[in-house]
Amino acid sequence: MSISLRNVRKDYDSQTEVLKDVSADVQTGEFFVIVGPSGCGKSTLLRMIAGLTPITDGDVLINDKVVNDLPPKARKLTMVFQNYALYPFQTVWDNVAFGLKARKLNQSDIQHRVDHALEMVNLTEFSKRKPRELSGGQRQRVALARAVASDAEICLMDEPLSNLDAQLRIKMRQEIYNLQRKLGLTLIYVTHDQVEAMTMADHIMVLNDQHVQQIGTPSDIYQHPANEFVAQFFGTPQINILPAKRSSENDHLLTIASDDIEIALNEAVPVAELRVGVRPDQLRVSRTDSVESNAVVKNTEFLGDETIVYATLNSGDNIRAVISGQVSFRAYEPIKVTIGSNLLFFNNQGQRIALSKEEVVHA
Amino acid sequence: MEVVAKQSLSHKILNYALLIILTVVVLGPFLIGLWTSLLPTMDIAKGNFLSLHISLTNYVDAFTKTPILQYLGNSLWISALTTAAQLIFCSMSAYAFVFLRFRGRHVLFILFLATMMLPFEAEIIPNFMTIKAMGLLNTYSAMIVPFLTSAFGTFMLRQSFLQMPAELKEAADIEGLGHFQFYWKIVLPYNRISLITLGAYSFLGAWNQYLWPMLTTFSNAFRPVQNGLRQLQSEETFNDWGMIQATAAIVVIPTLIVLFIGQHYFKSGVNEGAVK
Repeated sequence: MSISLRNVRKDYDSQTEVLKDVSADVQTGEFFVIVGPSGCGKSTLLRMIAGLTPITDGDVLINDKVVNDLPPKARKLTMVFQNYALYPFQTVWDNVAFGLKARKLNQSDIQHRVDHALEMVNLTEFSKRKPRELSGGQRQRVALARAVASDAEICLMDEPLSNLDAQLRIKMRQEIYNLQRKLGLTLIYVTHDQVEAMTMADHIMVLNDQHVQQIGTPSDIYQHPANEFVAQFFGTPQINILPAKRSSENDHLLTIASDDIEIALNEAVPVAELRVGVRPDQLRVSRTDSVESNAVVKNTEFLGDETIVYATLNSGDNIRAVISGQVSFRAYEPIKVTIGSNLLFFNNQGQRIALSKEEVVHA
Repeated sequence: MEVVAKQSLSHKILNYALLIILTVVVLGPFLIGLWTSLLPTMDIAKGNFLSLHISLTNYVDAFTKTPILQYLGNSLWISALTTAAQLIFCSMSAYAFVFLRFRGRHVLFILFLATMMLPFEAEIIPNFMTIKAMGLLNTYSAMIVPFLTSAFGTFMLRQSFLQMPAELKEAADIEGLGHFQFYWKIVLPYNRISLITLGAYSFLGAWNQYLWPMLTTFSNAFRPVQNGLRQLQSEETFNDWGMIQATAAIVVIPTLIVLFIGQHYFKSGVNEGAVK
């Protein structure tokens, strides 16, 4: 069951645009994650695929058939909600069976499917309980069991893990991933958590500001982000974005953050002013005296196997650097910051420019 | 430390004294009524409240010599029908206000609320004219038809329905449930506590009606209990105060049953972990 979106648009009233020109293709059996900050319209997009919210313009296709006017039931899909949407007055078993009964399957088929689904999510022994007698993770698994019990091959999930604590979230992440692979579901998963997107997705759609920012595989999105927003959204700590200028004498030379750092590229820079994205692990930090230094330390965070150093460059730009192992700097200690080899370049509109870079020359 | 403990002790004594006084004031009339219902009328007339001639004779007399059973039956029938009708109609109109999108929904709801501002007394004359024109005077219908639905019930259930997470409706849409199935299979069971509360409320309301039945009924065949009591007392042959007390006690019993059941359900339901 493949899903396609063709130039989908959504307006509320005639003025407020929620989504503009969304196009995407989701292949059969794919784990497709829609990610973006809150309010970017990702849940609305999911509801438009489900048929719960009408679309203003464009087409939604399921198996190459336009389904714009089909009611949700006819689209043959299941949906897992953030707050699980369980019926508190029914047992776990009845909650899972509810949709099957509504679709008028025969009794033995329902019995078989529900038992199987509960077994898949390890809830067989809880089948007689009411939702209020379960923990958050167990309730979430009941919601998953509903999707498993259904014969629909498309499953939509709307931030299913955001009500769970961090540890449980990691565990459930794996369970959802395993279920999806085992059942061969076409899964569209909405989240605001970039880690969930990176770890589970076959393809990620990044939404922001009513627009699709980028669609790609996790590694593609991390290594070749389409723009500054995408670069900043993925990776913790956040990528450093620093202003840079082409040197007036040599168009292969870049000065980053006023005069603090200079690098040489092996091709000419097409624009005079641009912005350089440096992942925190591409920054090197060394102790030095105040004459040689180009930054001062603000504070450090020790995470066990690595340390995050927050510093301010002489130009006033704040940076984050990840150093492996434990290093201790005092606040206001002068340091010298140098740049590694893996850089991203953006023009002033925030779009990425493809440039290659060979070596770094420090002025 | 000791001062604090002493203060809290005197505080406690004060609290309890106050509570006991209030209890006596509130429960006193009930207890006196219950006690006198067990005494022979002779003792009551003499003011001999501490008499020990206790018996259930008054109750036996009430059932055998007065039409109290007829009254009880009338009231039970009227109250049960009113309650059932209110539950059905109020829940349906509340459903419409919450889950259906239609033009003028908001205005209509405000109109509904506006009727709550009118005291029932102000509606008596038009209601009476209507019932009379329909030829329903001195029938059960006279006491049921004006109370088939209520703005309060609609309002209360609407508030309760609004608390339901939107995801339940979305989940139902995905399963392909129609409005009636969603209403019947999910909305009603989900809100059963509110429904029980409204049921108890409208049952008691109907049971305790006095003014309206007084205006619209003229015979024992349709007279509900509250008016029946008054009728017993006003009949000249009837000045058996012990028996009147006994009938009054009988009339209160259904009220207590409804309250007990209602409270039991209410307690068991409050902590139903709804969604999260």
